[in-house]
Amino acid sequence: MSSLGRRLSRPVGAAPAALLQGLPRLPWLWALAGVVALLFAAVLGVLVGPVHISLGAVVRTLLAPIPWFGTAGSVDPGQASILWSLRIPRVVLGAIVGGMLATAGAAYQGVFRNPLADPYLLGAAAGANLGATLAIAFAPGSSLIGVNVVPLAGFVGAALAVAGAYALGRTVTGLRNTTGLILAGVAIAAFFNAIQTYIQQSQTNSIRQVYSWILGRLVTAGWDGVLLVLPYVVISVFVILLHRRLLDALSVGDEEVTSLGISARRVRLIVVVAATLGTAAVVAIAGTIAFVGIIIPHTVRLLVGRSYRVVIPLSLLFGASFLVLADTAARTVAAPAELPIGVITAFVGAPFFIVVMRSTRAAAL
Amino acid sequence: MSNVVLRKVTIAYESDVVVSDLDLNIASGEWLALIGPNGAGKTTILRAISRLVAYEGTIEIGGVAVAGMGGRELARRVAMVMQEPHMPEGMSVSQYVLLGRSPHLTYFGKEGRADQRVVADILERLSLDRLAARPLDHLSGGERQRAAIARALAQQAPILLVDEPTSSLDVGRQQEVLELIDELRAEQGLTVIAAMHELTLAGQYADRLALLVGGELVAVGAPAEVLTESAIASHYHAHVHVLSMNGSGRAVVPVRSRPQPASAEEPS
Repeated sequence: MSSLGRRLSRPVGAAPAALLQGLPRLPWLWALAGVVALLFAAVLGVLVGPVHISLGAVVRTLLAPIPWFGTAGSVDPGQASILWSLRIPRVVLGAIVGGMLATAGAAYQGVFRNPLADPYLLGAAAGANLGATLAIAFAPGSSLIGVNVVPLAGFVGAALAVAGAYALGRTVTGLRNTTGLILAGVAIAAFFNAIQTYIQQSQTNSIRQVYSWILGRLVTAGWDGVLLVLPYVVISVFVILLHRRLLDALSVGDEEVTSLGISARRVRLIVVVAATLGTAAVVAIAGTIAFVGIIIPHTVRLLVGRSYRVVIPLSLLFGASFLVLADTAARTVAAPAELPIGVITAFVGAPFFIVVMRSTRAAAL
Repeated sequence: MSNVVLRKVTIAYESDVVVSDLDLNIASGEWLALIGPNGAGKTTILRAISRLVAYEGTIEIGGVAVAGMGGRELARRVAMVMQEPHMPEGMSVSQYVLLGRSPHLTYFGKEGRADQRVVADILERLSLDRLAARPLDHLSGGERQRAAIARALAQQAPILLVDEPTSSLDVGRQQEVLELIDELRAEQGLTVIAAMHELTLAGQYADRLALLVGGELVAVGAPAEVLTESAIASHYHAHVHVLSMNGSGRAVVPVRSRPQPASAEEPS
């Protein structure tokens, strides 16, 4: 038997420490920091608002449904109503939307091997905007099977746009490379944007509503919104998390990953479908909130490295924290008025984008 | 069995025929070097064996047609070292080599202790253990080549395809990489098929050479049979001397077609 063969037939033990040092592992301190950041953002989001509610009252209200804490009697019904009907669902929705957009952004960056890809790369935003604009302009206030038609139209628009981009990319380039798919996404987005702009300009009475939707908001969504998006987001995040190893493998390029027995096309299709499902759901309920899908995964990469085994779970945590904080800022910066949350994320995101571009240029990416 | 058989293999990029009607048998444990001038189809043949390009005809490994194999099954039989492997920035050597375990994992599978053990042993064998945590973009040319070979070895495939293993390496590194491949071949009984443009190195390390010109096989056999001054003059349009190395193969030495002026040879 060969010497290497003899070594390989040794009993399986712990791999040498030197090897393990080079393998990506979730840094538990950063994971803990993500959980703490999310808790901090959630507490801040619940505390801040036009009506002052103390931390003690928040804790008592949260514990009231659990019988053995005995706090039910000391809860102010008005404050409880504000917390359970307005602030808590808004914080929860912010966390879901932020976590989803950041996770989808990281997933898109992985499958397209492009650090500047975001969840809207294949036209999800343009599709959602067009769907929502059509619903606002031509069917205001309508509902379908008990669901407001605007988010439904946004979801369908986003899904259709991405499906259209995929079909176009497949027809034109046979999906031999990602460039064809990205260009198809650009073409579909431009086409949908043109129709959306035409409808928006021709239906001036709904233009304010359309703008408000496009810039993103969590204000009108309550528990209904949370329940509407949660199944899609859970499935989407679960599937993306399962693909962390394969996203790392894709980084060696389509040919080399194929020679390792992995179908790059299959991985790309499944991850794009999963990320689009989640993105379409959150965009439908919260509008097209920009930059979260880029700035969060990039920040995570700068802090802890580039492996998707680490980037995806930490993007989920920090994306959730970031959007809850951004929403808190959106409703306090110009109080009593509210800024669209997209304004806040873009205000933070645009300078960040420049910093990232400078750093990637320096690293000769 | 890890013999490779190509029968009537034709490969075309759209209407451009790159390899035509190729018949080739590579025995288990043999080192076959594909040689030939630029554009001869050497790399394309390697890509066809690893099913990265479409082909007509039959390619069999151990009597089983490559066309009917699943992707993972093929990757467990054939490992390929590309000429310029893409090395993701920031990825560590150990993480990169661990990717080589992919054919042994299910779609959603995760590498276990046994996979880490395999990688640790390969890193040690290739003297990469000290570099395990180092990012790939911090490696020298020779270290990068060794990392690419290590990833291919982690597949534990009996057939190793190597595309221009010595390109962009200095003479010392060239020797080091080829000796390493030869040692691994002896240790593990690997079948090696390598596209090589360095005729001297091909003549010294390979058991047999297959000379391709314009996608057609023009000669195949032992180095002494294929590396002749007339064949090289005819197919490479090169003026060379072929020297016998007394048991160490053949050396192909290019010489100037026109003699240098006497003053250049004997400086005063």
